[in-house]
Amino acid sequence: MSAYAEKNTAITGIGQSEVSRGSSKSALELTVDACMQAITDAGLTRADIDGVASWPGSDDNESGFSPVGTAGIQDALRLKLNWYAGAREAPGQYGAVFNAIGAIAAGMAKNVLIFRTMYEASARKKAFANSLVRGGQRQSGGFNWYAPYHTYAAALQQSLMFNKYVHNSGIKPEQVGQIAINQRRNASLNPAAVYRTPITLDDYMNARIIATPLRLYDCDVPIDGCTAIIVSRMDVARDCPHPIVRIEAIGSSMHYRNHWVQLDALDTQAQPKVAEMMWSRTDLKPKDVDMAQLYDGFSFHTINWLENFGFCEKYGAGDFIEGGTRIALEGELPVNTGGGALSAGRLHAYGAVHEACTQLWGRGAARQVKGDPRVVATSTAGGPLAGAMLLVKE
Amino acid sequence: MPTTPPSTSSDGMQPARALPVTDLDTHTFWTSGAEGRLSIYRCQDCAYYIHPPVRFCPKCESRNVAPEAVSGRGTITSFTINHQQWLPGLKVPYVLALVSIVEQDDVRLATNIMNCAPESVTMDMPVKVFFEQVEDLWVPLFEPETVA
Repeated sequence: MSAYAEKNTAITGIGQSEVSRGSSKSALELTVDACMQAITDAGLTRADIDGVASWPGSDDNESGFSPVGTAGIQDALRLKLNWYAGAREAPGQYGAVFNAIGAIAAGMAKNVLIFRTMYEASARKKAFANSLVRGGQRQSGGFNWYAPYHTYAAALQQSLMFNKYVHNSGIKPEQVGQIAINQRRNASLNPAAVYRTPITLDDYMNARIIATPLRLYDCDVPIDGCTAIIVSRMDVARDCPHPIVRIEAIGSSMHYRNHWVQLDALDTQAQPKVAEMMWSRTDLKPKDVDMAQLYDGFSFHTINWLENFGFCEKYGAGDFIEGGTRIALEGELPVNTGGGALSAGRLHAYGAVHEACTQLWGRGAARQVKGDPRVVATSTAGGPLAGAMLLVKE
Repeated sequence: MPTTPPSTSSDGMQPARALPVTDLDTHTFWTSGAEGRLSIYRCQDCAYYIHPPVRFCPKCESRNVAPEAVSGRGTITSFTINHQQWLPGLKVPYVLALVSIVEQDDVRLATNIMNCAPESVTMDMPVKVFFEQVEDLWVPLFEPETVA
């Protein structure tokens, strides 16, 4: 067994609820849909699940950001668990996966159910979903240094970082727009995506500016939905029906200031050291990667990751994505092949894992990448948070 | 001195500034504006400014740390011009920025840039602090250094 515990784990099943701009089901039922689908997909039953992990765990509010935690699904499915954790202070959304790897290595679980539920589409109809400012009270937590400055949404403080990147790199809006255009094209081939009508560069440029330089189509789409995956110990995974998708390497580091104002490098956020850690745990190199499912809460995160994973030079992403051909389905590095959060919906990095496995298992149908892809890089991002995984099909 | 961002469109009431919870360390930062000063924790042994404030110097591990008034001058490290009306009555556009104090580049403050046209704001622009009292706190805001 390798010194790196992740190599002794594999993703054995995936599930996704219906994804919509307003569901007729509760958040918990959507979670049940995705989780049961993932368990069945792995060839398992509820009785085989002995661990549950989620990020960030249940939010006790009406924001829709994370309405279901580990307790909710454990009880709904009457799971008998040896280990569970819904842990917010982690390397972004993949913190749940990293925790699961540790639990498996420690002998506490062999099949961990991991899920991420969002209910922001419905929440938005009643209130300001996922606002960074809570009305009627003084603000605490990670964003409180922004509180008095009319910083109501992640889009605003992330634009501070995006603008720094634009200033330092010289990237042009026509280049940035290729991320959204490419993903909408991919979404047009994905029946589960929420926005499927292709957009043009004119559409991108003419859409309203949210906060300079961030435009409407640079932003992910709030949805109601849930993604679930099963991470299994390798010996158990070998009995599951699908080809092994091994977690080849992870990046979970925090070598920077973990602070939404003081983070060291605004234009790269926390990604470089996370990518460095991931590459240090594998013999594979960026040139070995067949496709990338990169975090796209905002398109600028995807652009950041292209550079920080080493697919192109620092500040070279503008040239890399120019015209969109390299990142297209038939390009040298297909990116966000299901439409990503920008078009398929804000499943918050787990949509990316679901799409990676969909492609690796050859289930992409009209959007299937040719040539039997084997190696996928995937990532999370946002301010001081970042996490990365390299997935390899054996 | 205007106490709200520049307005180009709005009829309703500008939403009040939200306020942070303060504690034994952060209270000075949010109240020193009452004397017209911007106050930042500083190591009394190695002179390093420590923000957010805590009585521990990450450079020399000294616990001899105390708030000190700084010049109130800084430069814009990054900014965004917000156009989205997130709440009813919110006056747009306005500038959200990160300002580094001139004394030490890695002391960075979130703020609004006021008293100038949003489109006149640039990276590295010199700015100076002023304060707006909201309830019992004094919120540091910045304006171009060239404003008289």
